[in-house]
Amino acid sequence: MVELCVLYDKVRFEEKSIYDKALKKGIKARMTDAKSITISTANKRKELALGDVILQRSISHFRGLYLTACIEFLGFSVINKFQVGQICGNKLLTSLTLAKHKVPTPKTYFAFSSAAAMEIINSTGFPVVLKPIVGSWGRGVYPLRDEEVANMIIEMREENDSPLGRIYYIQEMIQRPPRDLRCIVVGNEIVAAVYRYSAENEWRTNVARGGKSEKAPITNELEDIAIRAAKAVGGGVLGVDLMEDAQKGLLVHEINNTVEFRGASSVSNTDIAGAIVDYSVAVVKK
Amino acid sequence: MKKECQDCGAEINVPDDALVGEIVTCPDCGADFEITTKTQNTVELKPAESVGEDWGQ
Repeated sequence: MVELCVLYDKVRFEEKSIYDKALKKGIKARMTDAKSITISTANKRKELALGDVILQRSISHFRGLYLTACIEFLGFSVINKFQVGQICGNKLLTSLTLAKHKVPTPKTYFAFSSAAAMEIINSTGFPVVLKPIVGSWGRGVYPLRDEEVANMIIEMREENDSPLGRIYYIQEMIQRPPRDLRCIVVGNEIVAAVYRYSAENEWRTNVARGGKSEKAPITNELEDIAIRAAKAVGGGVLGVDLMEDAQKGLLVHEINNTVEFRGASSVSNTDIAGAIVDYSVAVVKK
Repeated sequence: MKKECQDCGAEINVPDDALVGEIVTCPDCGADFEITTKTQNTVELKPAESVGEDWGQ
């Protein structure tokens, strides 16, 4: 019998739902605290009791990413793979991967000094969006609407101690409705799609920023783009985020490798946790 | 199950269906604790990790 291991560092709605669903389906499941695992280069797979397939669900991106590298080294199947986490956890790599695979995505510029970043901003004109290349829950994402604010934000980034803070990711601002789309992709299927509306006085749509979810129709265009985006980064269980541009249509701006689906679950009729469990078991049986 | 808050001594209620790894919050002082072990009659808590810069998606 296949044993599913949910690796967590903090049990949220999502991890609990996946674990409960596996047990309800009669699948052997375990919850393992990522913070408690140690691994050495001399370890063998049989020395770690992590089941047959592992769902990497750590809330800390880097903990999840590097632990995945270690357990893949031991020969375990991990959902999602290290390569997928590496691309999705980095907006610069995600944009390059999407563009390389011809998945529609907002036009994005990269600069490697504050002076070069200001040069880009002055040549593209306003508004533009400045994002950190590694970051989550919308932290550090700024709409730049005039030169004065742009100068201040770039200066702030320049003074930041983080070397990654000095890599500048500047994106065209999409004239979108006050919402974006989150698609939960499991393998080759979209299992749920929701609109995420910005909270009052908030431009970002993250649920962590108070954004509200509403069920969205899964159109052929949405299905085609979301699946192509998921495949481009290596596939698995992913949250593909898209914006609606009046002229260009749907544009993928982010892909989440440890997708949060509490908001989507509350408005969707699909059993998201159940689909994730079925997919994980099928991965072992392949 | 009830547990005393390690910070302020108030009573924290740990729901029966809570799993090891879940976070419970003290209703008085707001401190977060992670459930480390849980049996039918006992529960152990430790201070939860604070939100990291790389948390979430």
